[in-house]
Amino acid sequence: MAKEFSKGKMVPVPSAAIIPERDLDKTPILECRHLGIDFGGLKAVDDFNLTIGRTEIAGLIGPNGAGKTTVFNLLTKVYQPSRGIIMLDGMDTAGKTTEQINRMGIARTFQNIRLFSNLSVEDNVKIGLHNQEPYSALTGILRLPKYWRQEKAAHERALELLSIFDMQDMAEHTAGSLPYGAQRRLEIVRALATNPSLLLLDEPAAGMNPSETEELMQNIVKIRDTFQIAVMLIEHDMRLVMGICEGICVLNFGRVIAKGTSEEIQANPVVIEAYLGKKKEG
Amino acid sequence: MKFLAYLVSGISLGSVYAIIALGYTMVYGIAKMLNFAHGDVIMVGGYISFLAATNLGLPAVVSVLIAMAVCTVLGIVIEGLAYRPLRAAPKLAVLITAIGVSYFLQNSALLIWGANPKSYTPVVSGTLKLFGGQLSVSYVSLLTVAACIVIMIALTLFTGRTKMGKAMRACSEDQGAAQLMGINVNRTISMTFAIGSALAAIAGALLCSFSPTLMPTTGSMPGIKAFTAAVFGGIGSIPGAFLGGILLGVIESLAKGYISTQLSNSIVFAVLIIILLVRPAGLLGKYVPEKV
Amino acid sequence: MKIKNVARSARTDMFTYLGVVAAFIIISLLRGGGMLNRSQLGMLVPICCYIVMAVSLNLTVGILGELSLGHAGFMSVGAFTGIITAMSLANVIPSAPVRLAIAIVVGAVFAAIVGFLVGIPVLRLRGDYLAIVTLAFGEILKELITCLIVGADSKGLHIIFNVTGSKTANDLKLLEGGRIIIKGAQGATGTQTIATFTAGFILIMITLLVVQNMVRSRTGRAVMAIRDNRIAAESVGINITKYKLIAFVTSAAMAGAAGALFGLNYSNLAAAKFDFNTSILVLVFVVLGGLGNIWGSIIATVVLYILPEALRSFATYRMLIYAIVLILVMLATNNAQLKTLLGKLVPGRKKEGEENG
Repeated sequence: MAKEFSKGKMVPVPSAAIIPERDLDKTPILECRHLGIDFGGLKAVDDFNLTIGRTEIAGLIGPNGAGKTTVFNLLTKVYQPSRGIIMLDGMDTAGKTTEQINRMGIARTFQNIRLFSNLSVEDNVKIGLHNQEPYSALTGILRLPKYWRQEKAAHERALELLSIFDMQDMAEHTAGSLPYGAQRRLEIVRALATNPSLLLLDEPAAGMNPSETEELMQNIVKIRDTFQIAVMLIEHDMRLVMGICEGICVLNFGRVIAKGTSEEIQANPVVIEAYLGKKKEG
Repeated sequence: MKFLAYLVSGISLGSVYAIIALGYTMVYGIAKMLNFAHGDVIMVGGYISFLAATNLGLPAVVSVLIAMAVCTVLGIVIEGLAYRPLRAAPKLAVLITAIGVSYFLQNSALLIWGANPKSYTPVVSGTLKLFGGQLSVSYVSLLTVAACIVIMIALTLFTGRTKMGKAMRACSEDQGAAQLMGINVNRTISMTFAIGSALAAIAGALLCSFSPTLMPTTGSMPGIKAFTAAVFGGIGSIPGAFLGGILLGVIESLAKGYISTQLSNSIVFAVLIIILLVRPAGLLGKYVPEKV
Repeated sequence: MKIKNVARSARTDMFTYLGVVAAFIIISLLRGGGMLNRSQLGMLVPICCYIVMAVSLNLTVGILGELSLGHAGFMSVGAFTGIITAMSLANVIPSAPVRLAIAIVVGAVFAAIVGFLVGIPVLRLRGDYLAIVTLAFGEILKELITCLIVGADSKGLHIIFNVTGSKTANDLKLLEGGRIIIKGAQGATGTQTIATFTAGFILIMITLLVVQNMVRSRTGRAVMAIRDNRIAAESVGINITKYKLIAFVTSAAMAGAAGALFGLNYSNLAAAKFDFNTSILVLVFVVLGGLGNIWGSIIATVVLYILPEALRSFATYRMLIYAIVLILVMLATNNAQLKTLLGKLVPGRKKEGEENG
C-alpha cells in the first residue's frame, strides 16, 4: 500500500509563490517570471510564473497539449523564450545553450526516451558523468595517469548511481535492449549523473503498472532526500502527482490556471473543468 | 554584349539545372532522401535518346519520348529495389545505397556503351541572331528555357490541382497521416520517382545538346550542381528549384567568363556552402525545427 | 569488475595491433626473401595509405555518424604539402626517413588546419546537407590545388596561385639549380620517392593507437553519444560542436598523413587523383568493413584493394561489383527482417528481454 510521505509544510515567499518551509532561508532553485514563447501566431506558453524551493518536489500537470513539455524545453533552452526570465539559483539564464544549462545544474528526461541505444548501460551513465570526471582528448589518446584515475572513478560512480534503481548488474547490457521500464529508469540515472540541482522528469511513469509506479514514487523521494535536489515532474498519473508533489502547477492552453498544494489543486473547480470539461447544466 | 552572352548561356544552362533540380526536390520532399543516382539517370536518358536517334534514325522528339519511357521505368525499379526496403533505415544507409546505385549505373553504362565519348546530335539546330548579329542565341537555349518554364507550370498545376499531386504533398508533410487518410504511399512515392526520372530524360537530351559529348560520367557533375541548385532554392520547393537552377547557371556562367574557368566549379560550390550556412532552408524553403 | 571491462575492449584493440604487426612481419619476410613480384611490391605503400584513410574515415562516419564525402580532399592537402616539404628540404636534410617523417607530420598538420576550417561551418549542418557540403569542399580543394605552381631554389620556396590559368612554371623565375615541385594541373612532378613500407606500417600503428584510444575514452563516448542521440547528448552537457570538431579534425589529420606518404610514393601525382571517386572508394571500404569496426576497415581495405589486382581479368567489372555489393550490404544490414536474422547469428553483448518501448 502507498506509504504516506510527509511532505514539507508549504509557505509563501515574496513573489506569492509557495515553497517548502525547510527551503525558506535559501534562494529558490528556479524562478520563472512571465515566461512565454510564440510559435508563429500561437502563444504556446504565456505568462508562466513559477518558483521552486531547493528541495521541493514539484508537479506540472495539465491536459494534453497544455504546453508542459514546452516549459521543460524552455527551461533547458531547447527553445529560447520569446519573453520572460528564467533564474536558476538566482542567476539569469538568458542566452545560454542547452549544454550550458546542464552545466549550470538542470538535468532532464524525455517524454520519448532518448538513450544512447548502441552503447552499454554503464556507458550511458558515464556519458552523464562527462563533465564530472573530465580529462582532455589528448590525455585519453596518450593514456596518461589522469585517464586511468578518472575512468576508475567514473566506473565506480556509475555503478553507485545505477544501484539507486538496483540496476548495477545490467551495466554491460546494451541500452537499447532493456525493457521499457528499465530504459526510463536508466534515463533518470543518466540525468542524475550530471550532478544537477534541479531534475526535470517528463512523464517518468508513462507505461508503468501500479506497482512500478509505487516503486518510482519511493525512488523519486529517495533521490530528493539523498541528493538534496529539487525535482519537477510532468505527469498524468494523478496518484503519483498527488502522492509525492509538494507544490503543483496546472497548465492549460499554455497558461497557468492554478497553483498550490495537492489538496488545494484537487478541490479547485477551474482545474476540474480543465480536465473534465464544463459541468452540464440541469 | 559579352555580359549578355554570358547571361543568356547562364540562363539556358540554369534551365537545365532547374529541370534536374525539380527531380531532386520532388524526391527529397516526399521520400526525404537525396537521390544521388539522379544525375546518372540523366546520363542513361542521354544514351537512350542518342541510340534512338542515331541507330534507329528516329526524329528527335520520338527519341526523347523513348528515353523518358525508359528512364521512368528505371526510376521506378530503382526506387522499388534499392530505396523502398530502406524506408525505415537511418539516413546514412539510404545515402550510401544511393551512391551505390549511382556507381552501378555509371559502370553499367561503361560496360554497355564503352568509355569513348559519343557525339550527340542536338535536338534542334541553328541559332538566332540578335542585335544585328552581335548576340547569337542557339535554338537549343531557347528550347531549354521554354521547356523549363512549361515543366514548372505543369508541375505546379499537377501538385496543386490533381488528386495524385495532392497525395504527393500530403506524403511530404506526414507519411503516417497520409496513409491513414487512405493514400497509397508506396504508389505515390513510385509516381514521384517516375516523374523525376522522366524529367531527367528530358534534361539529359537538353544537356547533351549543349555539350555534345556523352560519356558515362556526363550526368555526375551536373547532377551534383543541380542538387546544389535545389538546396539553394530551398529543397522541397518547386519554385525554389526553378529559381535555384537559373541563379546557379547564371552564377556559373558569369564566374567562367569573368573570373576563371578552372575555378568555376569551386565558385558554384562556394555558393552552396555560403547559402547553407547563412540560410539553411534555402531561398524559398521553410525551416522545420526538430521536435523534442 | 573494472579490470574485466577494460580487459574486454583492450583485448579487441590488442588483437588489432597484433594482427597488423604479424602482417608486417610476414610481408617483410616475404620481401626480404625476394618472394614478392614487382606489382605486389608496388602495392605495399598504397595499401598502407588506404588503410589509414579507411580507419580515419571510419572515425567520422562510423563513430561520429556523419557522412563525409570529401575525405580525399584532406588526403590531397597532406600529399601536396608533404611533397613540398620533402622536396624543399632535400638539400637541407640528407636522411630520407627523417625527411619522410617531417613531411608526414607537416601533411597531417596542414590537413588538420584545413579540417578545422572546413569543420567549423560544415559540422553545424546535418545528414544530407553535411554530406553534400563535404563533397563540395573536396571538389573545391581539388580545384584549388590544380592552381598551384610551386618551385624551390636557393632563395627559398616560390608559390604562384594560378587562378586564371594563364601562368606557367616559367613564371616562377627560379634561380639556377632550382627545382619545380608542382606544375599546376599536372600536379607534382619529379618527386623523390622516399616512401617506405616500414613508414606505412608505423603510420598504421599510430593511427590505430589514436583512434582506438580515443574511442575507449571519454572523448569517444561523447562522440558516440552525439551519433546515437544528439539532443540527449546536449541535454547532458556535451558541447556538440567541440566534439564533432575533435573527431573531424583528427580524422582529417590522419588522412593528411596518409596523403603525404602516398604523395611521396610517386614521382608524378596530379590533384585529379584525389577526386570524389577516391572519397567514394574509401567510403566503400569503411562501409563494407562495418561502420565503427576498426579491424573491419583494415580487412576490407586489404581485400578490396588486392582482389582486383589479383583478378586482373575482371578489372572492367570491378567497380560494378563494388556497387552491387555496396547496395546489397546496405540492404542486408538495414532491412528489418534481415537484420533480426543476422542478429541471431552474430554473438554480441548480453541482451535482456525483448521488450522495447
